Amino acid sequence: MRTEDNIQIEGIMAFIDRDNIDTDQIIPTEYLKSIKKFGYEDYLFDGWRYLDEGKLGVSKTSRKLNNEFILNQPIFMTSKILLARDNFGCGSSREHAVWALRDFGIQVIIASSFGDIFYNNCFKNGLLPINLSRSVIDRLFQLSAQDAQLVKVCLQSRNIYLQGEEFSFNLEDDLADRIINQFDDIDISLKFADKISCFEQDRITKRPWIFYNE
Amino acid sequence: MHSTLYDKLWNEHFVTSFDSGESLIYIDRHYLHEVTSPQAFEGLIKKNIKPWRVDANIATPDHNVPTIRAKSFAIESIDDEISKIQVKELDKNCDLFGIKQFDIKSLNQGIVHVIGPELGYTLPGMTIVCGDSHTSTHGAFGCLAMGIGTSEVEHVLATQCLKISKLKNMRVNFEGIPSPDITSKDVILFLIRTIGVSGGNGHAIEFAGSYIENISMEARMTICNMSIEAGAKVGLIAPDQTTFNYLKRSSNLPRELLTDAIEFWSTLKTDPDAKFDKEITIDVSKIKPQISWGTSPEMVIDFDETIPSTSTRKENQKNFENARKYMGIKDEKKLSDLKFDRVFIGSCTNSRIEDLRDAAKVLEGKKISKKILQAIVVPGSGQVKKQAESEGLHSIFIDAGFEWRESGCSMCLGMNPDRLSPYERCASTSNRNFEGRQGNLGRTHLMSPKMAALTAIHGKVIGQ
Repeated sequence: MRTEDNIQIEGIMAFIDRDNIDTDQIIPTEYLKSIKKFGYEDYLFDGWRYLDEGKLGVSKTSRKLNNEFILNQPIFMTSKILLARDNFGCGSSREHAVWALRDFGIQVIIASSFGDIFYNNCFKNGLLPINLSRSVIDRLFQLSAQDAQLVKVCLQSRNIYLQGEEFSFNLEDDLADRIINQFDDIDISLKFADKISCFEQDRITKRPWIFYNE
Repeated sequence: MHSTLYDKLWNEHFVTSFDSGESLIYIDRHYLHEVTSPQAFEGLIKKNIKPWRVDANIATPDHNVPTIRAKSFAIESIDDEISKIQVKELDKNCDLFGIKQFDIKSLNQGIVHVIGPELGYTLPGMTIVCGDSHTSTHGAFGCLAMGIGTSEVEHVLATQCLKISKLKNMRVNFEGIPSPDITSKDVILFLIRTIGVSGGNGHAIEFAGSYIENISMEARMTICNMSIEAGAKVGLIAPDQTTFNYLKRSSNLPRELLTDAIEFWSTLKTDPDAKFDKEITIDVSKIKPQISWGTSPEMVIDFDETIPSTSTRKENQKNFENARKYMGIKDEKKLSDLKFDRVFIGSCTNSRIEDLRDAAKVLEGKKISKKILQAIVVPGSGQVKKQAESEGLHSIFIDAGFEWRESGCSMCLGMNPDRLSPYERCASTSNRNFEGRQGNLGRTHLMSPKMAALTAIHGKVIGQ
């Protein structure tokens, strides 16, 4: 990792004790009508967060809040970390799910597994998905149940700290680097433009039917 | 080295690799629709980048388009102002970059995963991507096809490549002969309930076995379409004579090129000794019609089974309780105890000609129950609609009390005027029964077109 030491994210950890939280729950289809890349914070977990039905452009202040939902409780409104269980972000490929989490202020999601497409989308937007075993997730839920927890996630040491306990996680250097530096994959890939061109020329010769009529 | 079909497709498209373990994989075909593309085009414009290979891209609007529309229908007629902007944006971007689009007025417009194969744009051995998780559908042709996010849509437009890690290999063998009332929808729902919605995470699933060999391309597409509901973003089937016969009708390739292509496509299969990281075999002869009862595509039971109240996994018990509550299941023991309000036959899973024939066969000479508020059939494309009308299927549906619509994603996802009202219960041939998927607080039961037609007739779930 080539950046400054001790990159860390510190904040309140919210938790949703459910398996298979799909991207339709993270952000319902209605809000996918937007053509923008930002401004999704009010629509995060819309079906759980509000008691009434929302519409794109209708702000949070005119909605009926579900006070039982964790992100509506004052202390969790500024959560930076979210804890869930298996297969978080399964279902639709909508990157809007990541944008909504990011716009709300979530920077880290801790779960026992993730939907494959969602997992990839996270890294494109500086959101860190952390994969931990079910037993560690159980322990984190136990600790969370007592009170709102201030959690520290250190990207350099790959550790999560809370209540004096320490939990380690795995993350490729390159991916950590991407979270910290917000690299754009297009710039990285276009460095190989010559290679791509050569590959393409060869393919046109070898598999001409793919390029027929073009 | 013995390779799987997925390994072969991966190697065939490999450009270079990175220290991160990711690789650059060349993309042959890129499908676009109005929902997940505007931010990608905006990115290209900001960076002043042109699409790498314009002709690799094919676009059509499907998610937002109303399914009640006249031939003269123009984008201006979309009532929802925000949907209108999104469809217009696709028009604008396709014009700006010179991308081929089957627009809202085109006879070939339809659900992107239905029109791609039927117009010959999907060919075996291709890598195919689209900003839509049901892109796995195209794997039925022996393609490496997967759904991607909007940042990746932009990346593919800019570089003609995807920067991804290789998946693990999984094989599902479907063996045996199913009973006549079983469709490929029942078979894939049965798999999802068996391995769970995360059973295929991190894997590309190859579907094989005697059952797969004997079914049509339409049925294979239904299977691959829902591999994502089992957690696998890639589902694939080796091309064979059934595939080639379909392509002889759909593709525009000159005979000589097609002959060369078929020779190559015939090599696209897993080597006999190739190793899979996971493998399971399912006997399809024992499968009954499958219907979802809850809010996840793994919450599926036989049509006549008791609705479960406890999960086999302790941690999952909360999900079960939430699902029962959301679905309005209290004392009801069986699916046949539930009253249905709407019926939807359509979506990228089940809107092809074979699906409509299946449903029409059940409905011929029958009327839908008076308890059903609305039943709609939404063909997957203009071509499917035309074909169905030439066979007289539309008359069967209309006579039975169904509405016969224009093509689009319709009630699969509640993004256009076709939506459930709160607490309405729907028999749906779509792919996701998530909370709110078909409309806020709507209740979705996934099933085959045959079972949806039967539910329409009786107003409740019943066997044949």
